[in-house]
Amino acid sequence: MRRILCLIAGFCFLINIGWAEEARPLQEDVVVEAQVQRLSEELRCLVCQNQTLADSHAELAEDLRKEIRELAAKGMSDQAIIDYLVARYGDFVRYRPPLKSTTVLLWFGPFVLLLTGVAGLFVMLRRREKLAVESALSANEARKVSELLNKES
Amino acid sequence: MKRFLLPLVIFLVVVGFLGVGLNLDPREVPSPLVGKPAPAFNLPRLDDPEKKISNKDMLGQVWLFNVWASWCGACRDEHPVLVALSKSGAVPLYGMDYKDTRQEAQQWLDLGGNPYIASAMDADGRVGIDYGVYGVPETYVIDKAGVIAYKQIGPVTEEVLRNKILPLVKRLQAQ
Repeated sequence: MRRILCLIAGFCFLINIGWAEEARPLQEDVVVEAQVQRLSEELRCLVCQNQTLADSHAELAEDLRKEIRELAAKGMSDQAIIDYLVARYGDFVRYRPPLKSTTVLLWFGPFVLLLTGVAGLFVMLRRREKLAVESALSANEARKVSELLNKES
Repeated sequence: MKRFLLPLVIFLVVVGFLGVGLNLDPREVPSPLVGKPAPAFNLPRLDDPEKKISNKDMLGQVWLFNVWASWCGACRDEHPVLVALSKSGAVPLYGMDYKDTRQEAQQWLDLGGNPYIASAMDADGRVGIDYGVYGVPETYVIDKAGVIAYKQIGPVTEEVLRNKILPLVKRLQAQ
């Protein structure tokens, strides 16, 4: 009985090894596939411009995914593949534009606007503060105040 | 009066920016290939798959490289302009049939006339990727040294031809 169990266990083990060997190329594919997925979420489909390559069903997006898969299978790094596509389609193909002289306004413009707004608000508040100058009550006003206060009590 | 001046100025600046933004075409993505050598290709010819056509064949002359397809709607608008251009003989026009079948492409040329000296067949769109093609039709002006001088995205209209492409071609031919 024990011998049979051993045999079965051994057999299962052998099958496992067989599977593992078959699965190896698949394992490589998984790495490539993950890279394709990662990159196609970083890159823009130029046909439907507000979609990533991963989202888009445009034919060009399919072609580019295929291209990326082939480049990834050759072992090119993420950066090399992005550079490859930028050389052909320009920076616009990237969803995250690089920081350079032509994109400075894009990156920092919103913060400049925010700071300008805050500065403007500050200046305005300061100005209003100055407008409300404290002044002493005139004799007439003081009399009115005390009259009102006395009436209350 | 003075307190209204600043908001008015800000308003006008915003209107100015929005006005410019409205008149820009977001589909026109400036190509990084302008000013760079035209990517190499060596593709079968549409009319005779046995013969090959390469960008090197055109070295030494200014030429137009028009990417087209029989399935492309805007190419229909562009086609008569190209046929007229080819008749005028102002500049040699070569085509690239992009992701198309030979039969349909040939039919399209038989129907509308063939303005091309020759067309390359880019059946799988690989050369298209090298050229950064994303919206057919696209047209490249390539100079004598094989450098891309201009890229037209979308159909070549008579206006574009008259105002941009032909003056540029003349300048490049004089070089």
